[in-house]
Amino acid sequence: MSLGVFVVSELLPGDVAIFILGQQATPETLEVLRKQLGLNEPAPLRYVTWLLGFLRGDWGRSLALHVPVADLVLSRTANSFVLAGLALLVTVPVSIGLGLLAALRRGRLTDRAINLVGLSGLALPEFVSGVLLIVVFSLTLHIAPASAQIPIGASPLSVLPALILPALTLAVTLFAYIARMTRASAIEVLASDYVRTAVLKGLPTSAVIVRHVLRNALLPTVTVIGAQIGWLVGGLVVVEHLFGYPGLGDLLLFAALNKDVPLLEASVMVVASVYMLSNLGAELLFGVLNPRIRYA
Amino acid sequence: MPSTALADQPTRDIAPLVGEGALTRNALRPSGLGTLVMRLRHSPTASIGVVVLAVWVVCAVAWPLFAPFDPNQFHTEARLQAPSLRFWFGTDQFGRDIFSRVLAGSRDILVVAPLATLVGVVGGTCLGLVAGYYRGLVGEAVLRVMDAIMAFPIVPLTLLVVATLGPSLVNVILVIGLVFAPRVARVVYASVLSVRDLNYVAAARLRGEPGSYILFGEILPTITAPIVVEATVRVGYAVFTSATLSFLGLGVPPPAADWGLQIADARTFIQSAPWSVLFPAMAIASLVIAINLVSDGLQHEGAGD
Repeated sequence: MSLGVFVVSELLPGDVAIFILGQQATPETLEVLRKQLGLNEPAPLRYVTWLLGFLRGDWGRSLALHVPVADLVLSRTANSFVLAGLALLVTVPVSIGLGLLAALRRGRLTDRAINLVGLSGLALPEFVSGVLLIVVFSLTLHIAPASAQIPIGASPLSVLPALILPALTLAVTLFAYIARMTRASAIEVLASDYVRTAVLKGLPTSAVIVRHVLRNALLPTVTVIGAQIGWLVGGLVVVEHLFGYPGLGDLLLFAALNKDVPLLEASVMVVASVYMLSNLGAELLFGVLNPRIRYA
Repeated sequence: MPSTALADQPTRDIAPLVGEGALTRNALRPSGLGTLVMRLRHSPTASIGVVVLAVWVVCAVAWPLFAPFDPNQFHTEARLQAPSLRFWFGTDQFGRDIFSRVLAGSRDILVVAPLATLVGVVGGTCLGLVAGYYRGLVGEAVLRVMDAIMAFPIVPLTLLVVATLGPSLVNVILVIGLVFAPRVARVVYASVLSVRDLNYVAAARLRGEPGSYILFGEILPTITAPIVVEATVRVGYAVFTSATLSFLGLGVPPPAADWGLQIADARTFIQSAPWSVLFPAMAIASLVIAINLVSDGLQHEGAGD
């Protein structure tokens, strides 16, 4: 995967040296800079040097911002974690609850209403639902600020109100996935023999729902939440761009648009690692929740 | 690996995959396109979708007839004006008429989305046919490559590819086609598996027909219904993805009257001039929802769901 990242950034059009010095640079100065940056070395050699440096924590300097990449990427990643964590914290319990409710009231008005909200969350691009949320909650109701720009050096937690709308925008789409999945699997579980047995042996309804329905309906849901992390990265790019929030997604976009190769490589590596780790985490959690599965 | 089937599913694709069982069932029904059209006529929500979609198609073709102003004309005396009788949707930061720009913006997206879908559907259909019919090494290889593309989240992938190739309409179409092809191929693959061992395919093989004829002459005609349904679902996602790309500045360059681009340009003025962002956003919303209503109608009506 690191190879893929390297190859793509090699293919980025434009000469890095020209980009740094501007179009007016003389051929001699360009040659000196290329030598400094090691651009004249053969590509495989540069790949190995880059990868070794990356593993040692030496991520190079940003070409466009002139700061060390590692600090920048890590602080932005922390910001994104705060935003994504907030969104997940709000969404997961709410959508599991409402998904379960929709399954229990299948076909009734509650079910239809929840389904409608879910469908529109799924259909609209994040920046469209984000704009609609800004217009409603910020411009009409004046509940939350429309921009999530935070002062340089300030912790995102110190400006919590500014995070409400970006987190809500992410939450709308996440809600759609998680609630629909919970509903579908809860309906399946409700039709099963063991739930019928539990009801017939006289367990109170709440015990049936918590111990039998929820426990089993959560299994596919956990997998969906794990798979959503990949989507969340894309959602973060869009939402952070819309709200001006200094996170990893916004940084990734900046790096791609400005051909800032070291920055781009580092951001993509971080994104990919988070993505893989979250999928692994979901698999392990799946094993904990489902005793039928044992990992050798 | 307990959960690969689900974990591998691309995140945006839960909705069509929920209907996937229905798709393969429908593939076995005798009639194809005719029933699809019938289903549309019987669903009220799908009819609303068809009407909204038709309005946007008319706009895309003939917006110069309806637009009161040139979408790129600057009215410098009237910047960031609220909606009025002269400017129905108000004006943006350069004094351009937002109503005209919203009308004109329908053309870009209604050219890009269907073309991108076409690239994805044609590519995906060919790959799915080959992978489903020639199981064994070739099929395995195709499936693994598809899985590899699908494992990567869509937005970062398109971001990297468009940044590499440079932003342009053609590249947007190609990128969306590239990320859609494996998803279409999966649906086609499933349908091919359900018919490949039937008698008429065996008969064609025994007659000594070439593989290309069996794939495109015998198998393809029987699986058109699921492919058409998948294509309508994909058009919705194509609108979604291309609007997102132009919002991120990876689509058409600035002077163009593109909806995503309008939102990106005007988003700093959302406090003082919310209409400059709201109307393009509602245009995208109405188009995406209309397409979804149509494809939902195609999938569910008549399938008894």
